[in-house]
Amino acid sequence: MNVVFPNRILPYLLLAPSILLVLVFFIYPAAQSVELSLYRVNRVRDAKIYVGLENFERLYESDSYRNSLTVSAKFTAAVVVAALSISLALAVGASQPIKGFGLYRTLLIWTYALSPAIAGVIWALLTDPAIGILTDLLEKFGFVFNWRRSKDHALIFVIMAATWKILGYNILFFLAGLKNIPRDVIDAAALDGANAWTRFWRMTLPLLTPVVLFLLIMNTLYASFETFGLIDVTTQGGPGRATDLLIYRLYLDGFRSSSRIGLASAQSIVLLVIVATLTLFQYRFINRRTFYQ
Amino acid sequence: MNAATTETQVIYAARWRRRLYPVIMHLVMLTAVLLVTFPLIYAIILSTQSSHPGSLRPGSAFVDNLEDAWDRGSIALLIRNTLIVALGVAIGKIILSILGAFALIYFRVRGGMAILALIMLTHLLPLPVRIVPTYELLTDIGWVDTFKGLTIPFFASATGLLLFQQFFRTVPTDLADAARVDGAGPFRFLVSILIPVSRTNIGALFLIEFVYMWNQYLWPLIVANSERTRQVQIGIKLLVATDSVIEWGTLMAGALTVIIPPLVVLLVLQNSLMSGMTASTEDF
Repeated sequence: MNVVFPNRILPYLLLAPSILLVLVFFIYPAAQSVELSLYRVNRVRDAKIYVGLENFERLYESDSYRNSLTVSAKFTAAVVVAALSISLALAVGASQPIKGFGLYRTLLIWTYALSPAIAGVIWALLTDPAIGILTDLLEKFGFVFNWRRSKDHALIFVIMAATWKILGYNILFFLAGLKNIPRDVIDAAALDGANAWTRFWRMTLPLLTPVVLFLLIMNTLYASFETFGLIDVTTQGGPGRATDLLIYRLYLDGFRSSSRIGLASAQSIVLLVIVATLTLFQYRFINRRTFYQ
Repeated sequence: MNAATTETQVIYAARWRRRLYPVIMHLVMLTAVLLVTFPLIYAIILSTQSSHPGSLRPGSAFVDNLEDAWDRGSIALLIRNTLIVALGVAIGKIILSILGAFALIYFRVRGGMAILALIMLTHLLPLPVRIVPTYELLTDIGWVDTFKGLTIPFFASATGLLLFQQFFRTVPTDLADAARVDGAGPFRFLVSILIPVSRTNIGALFLIEFVYMWNQYLWPLIVANSERTRQVQIGIKLLVATDSVIEWGTLMAGALTVIIPPLVVLLVLQNSLMSGMTASTEDF
């Protein structure tokens, strides 16, 4: 510890704004989420009745919430697996020490700057029934793609758009991780006769495990929360409830129907449990990652 | 198998490594880059077409589409609004996390671990976990539809605090000792030594926060409901939703303008992020 300056009050003054903001905008509202989840709150918000775990029971019995749990699980699993494997392959390809590959590295990370909402409108364009070039292409192979009508197509559509958007972020982190792997370790394996395939599975991937675990958590959080904008500008949870993710259901119950504050708060608590599990996993396996968003 | 053929094989293998392999890899990567970028290229082409969109041939209506998007979507105003929020939060977070990390590393802070743990709790509490009460709090204090409501709740940052704390630990203690011997107070040391050596980390955090805030959707959707504070992502939603028939040219022209600011920030600061990250991955 490099303690240097003797001031006694100053450090607390420097930390005060952060502490105050955390208490006011994080701890207090989170505590209220817990409290509200145990109440039934009426439409004009002047009365609330303590109902214990009734909101959680209602969630458990609700078909729409169970549907959202299933949809979120499928969506998140698909996005995480697709995004991690595609971006890892691209990053390994682009990280090779070949002349001119620096350009590919820049050209592969740009989707990091893109928002999920804009990724959504761009994929809506690609798959538009009238002018979408991807729909045209699929039709040539005898496949009619219409995410506005078909539930399965809608889920595939949001998975593709969400995966595409996160590629840049993942590639950026994989490239940074690959840069840290000492070149001579890989070269030594190559001299020992290990081919590229073996080198990847036996050397590169194990050395990248911390980055993979970190991205696994970040992509899960991304698929669970940040994709809200993508859903809202394209499918809005439909057709039917085929793309009604947990975060979208929370928005609908919390802000689109005024009598469901308690129910929405219970949903927040379910999300808190999910985030807490992920975060504990993160601290258990990857101690010192700092980059979060 | 005789010696000659083995030798030929070895020569072929060496030639393959030196000449053919890079060429093939270039082709592979070029295809990959094209596939990843194609959706954007198609969006750019569409933004230039007017009457019969959908072909791969660029049209000449880009300026018209852009004007239309800027008129109907008030894109210029929304870009201004979003710049205020993204810059405000990025700068606010950088300042608060530098001050916090400075306090924790360069002073004796009783209960420092507890304070750090409290701030780390924010990792457990992303917005969706506390969204209804936070919105009610904003209503109570009159911050709905204000820039304060769009920025200040985001100022606290565990990410930034950890980043700078980790970095300050690697700054040689001699620097601070020397500053003290020279009679420099803590703020002199902070401003003239610590902040300049933290450039890379400041750049990395700025990039992350600017892009994150620029692309935010849920919070602005709930909190910024008038044109006075509306954010660009919601503007895109309104361009989609205003007509029964989507005008793709206009929509794409609008969307492309909205991508530019975070893209510029990414291009300028990507090296800071890379080396900032490399530094923080050394602990693995």
